[in-house]
Amino acid sequence: MKTAQALPPRLLDAGESGLVVEFGDTIDEQVNREVIALADALDALQLDGVCEIVPTYRSLLVLFDPLVLSREALRGHVLALWPPRADGRPSHGTRHGPSHGTGHGTWRVPVAYGGEHGVDLDHVARLHGLTTGEVIDLHSRAEYRVYMIGFAPGFAYLGGLDEAIHTSRRTDPRLKTPPRSISIGGRQAAVSPPLEIPSGWHLLGQTPVRTYDPTRAERPFLFAAGDTIRFTPVPQAEYAALCRAAEAGEIIAEWEPA
Amino acid sequence: MGACLVIDRPGLFSSLQDFGRFGYQRFGISASGAMDSLSMQAANLLVGNGRGEATVELTMLGLSAVVEGGPLRLALAGADMALAINGTAADGWRAHHLAPGDRLEIGAARHGMRAYLAIAGGFDIAPTLGSRSTHSRSMIGGVDGRAVRAGDRLPARGESAGPLLALPAPYRPRGEGPIRVVLGPQDDFFTREGIATFLSARYRVSDKVDRMGAQMEGPAIAHAGGFNIVSDGIMNGSIQVPGNGRPLILLADRQTTGGYPKIATVIGPDLWRLGQARPGDEFAFTAVTAEAAALAAVEHERRIAAMAARMIECAPAGAALSSESLLAHNLIGGVCSALDPMSEP
Repeated sequence: MKTAQALPPRLLDAGESGLVVEFGDTIDEQVNREVIALADALDALQLDGVCEIVPTYRSLLVLFDPLVLSREALRGHVLALWPPRADGRPSHGTRHGPSHGTGHGTWRVPVAYGGEHGVDLDHVARLHGLTTGEVIDLHSRAEYRVYMIGFAPGFAYLGGLDEAIHTSRRTDPRLKTPPRSISIGGRQAAVSPPLEIPSGWHLLGQTPVRTYDPTRAERPFLFAAGDTIRFTPVPQAEYAALCRAAEAGEIIAEWEPA
Repeated sequence: MGACLVIDRPGLFSSLQDFGRFGYQRFGISASGAMDSLSMQAANLLVGNGRGEATVELTMLGLSAVVEGGPLRLALAGADMALAINGTAADGWRAHHLAPGDRLEIGAARHGMRAYLAIAGGFDIAPTLGSRSTHSRSMIGGVDGRAVRAGDRLPARGESAGPLLALPAPYRPRGEGPIRVVLGPQDDFFTREGIATFLSARYRVSDKVDRMGAQMEGPAIAHAGGFNIVSDGIMNGSIQVPGNGRPLILLADRQTTGGYPKIATVIGPDLWRLGQARPGDEFAFTAVTAEAAALAAVEHERRIAAMAARMIECAPAGAALSSESLLAHNLIGGVCSALDPMSEP
């Protein structure tokens, strides 16, 4: 746990009802841990007037009602939580969002690599002088951390991609990418929700898992910032059957609490 | 089967909207919600609803519909769209009773961009993730996660009986002067001259304007250095300035995170004016402190309370107004204080 050297966060204004708590300006695991630890701690306080908390890579956006909670009081609460506990304290069923309910843990996500599921797999392999099998190994052996959910519903930005397959984004982003894509861009990896989204990242595979399903009352979103993700290759032949199970409501991904 | 509105012409883009969906931006879900929440609240108050009940937000061109199954009480507020009931012109900013078989027609906006159609009791459509607001890109809210289509049946949840309220013209929302902003959170990404440009020039709404945001045209704002940041949270009214130096104001359907520096944030009380902006409209921006913005939010609540307090009961359309009813509802008093309508709590 890092405390002594860490600088306190910068508190920035976002209109009358937003406070930005900024821990850094880079993509960095330690910074992201601090963001999520503070988000969890603030969630646990259940402050009246806090409407919602949006953790990102390197900062926290706290939306509040200035008629109920003053900016000064909110700043005081935030600074009193500094330094945050770095143990990933879980936030159980808070008012500020349907948090996990079970704290942070590890998801095992099945992936059908290559072919129609991952049209860029061959290209990525060629680019790095690897076989497609090696790319699949490198991608599926790593342990990823969900840095942030954003851009699209349930879209998970992951850190932890093996350096050997760091790959610059495409120069011509696609306006539509297949739902449930597993992709990489630069130093990052991602899991797409079951929606077609624009993206300039390289498509390695697809998962049957529906990471976003607004009709799944108890868990519309599977992942939360701070979770760990591991990918498990599955034969392309099994993909369709797993998808059917997912459409029928099965979660498919396996969850191991921390 | 209760009353419902059966849509036969959906208009340009008509979608169910309430205050928006909160608590899910951390999962990548845009808050969405009414672009002009002031008019949405007025429409609700006119039919006796809670201020945040879901309404149909109409864009540029309204819908037409037929009432089926039972009577309805409804009101239209916001942009000045021609309203007709059974072919007879009717007023906005007041409630109307409609009987089964009655036909509602809402035309093009003569001023403004968006109008809000509220029905007494609200629409009997189940909320998704705590809100009825439609966000078509997430495929949630409203009718099956999409804008209203011809053939849709929008069922009413409540009782149609109730007073016919009207809001006299002096108490309707008016927007004047510059749009107020709080500088930051990334104003340090701009030169002093860049910020001076932003606060002194007039910016025109381009034709790239929708529920996601408004691309503004005008003098380029100078960045101090780079114009990429590691993505962080975006709120309603965040003003991003990408490499071309032109401000992009993010609105209801904004993405939850973004990677351009944000020079300022439009304060909540002024956001409704952007919801009514048309391409070609010009705005200036003025900076206020976060403390002044918080006071403006208090004042904004007072304005809404004043709006509610100034609603008067009126006779059904077509019936003659009696002097008793005018006196009984203090219309005269309302008109007399019209010179400074928002001065009262």
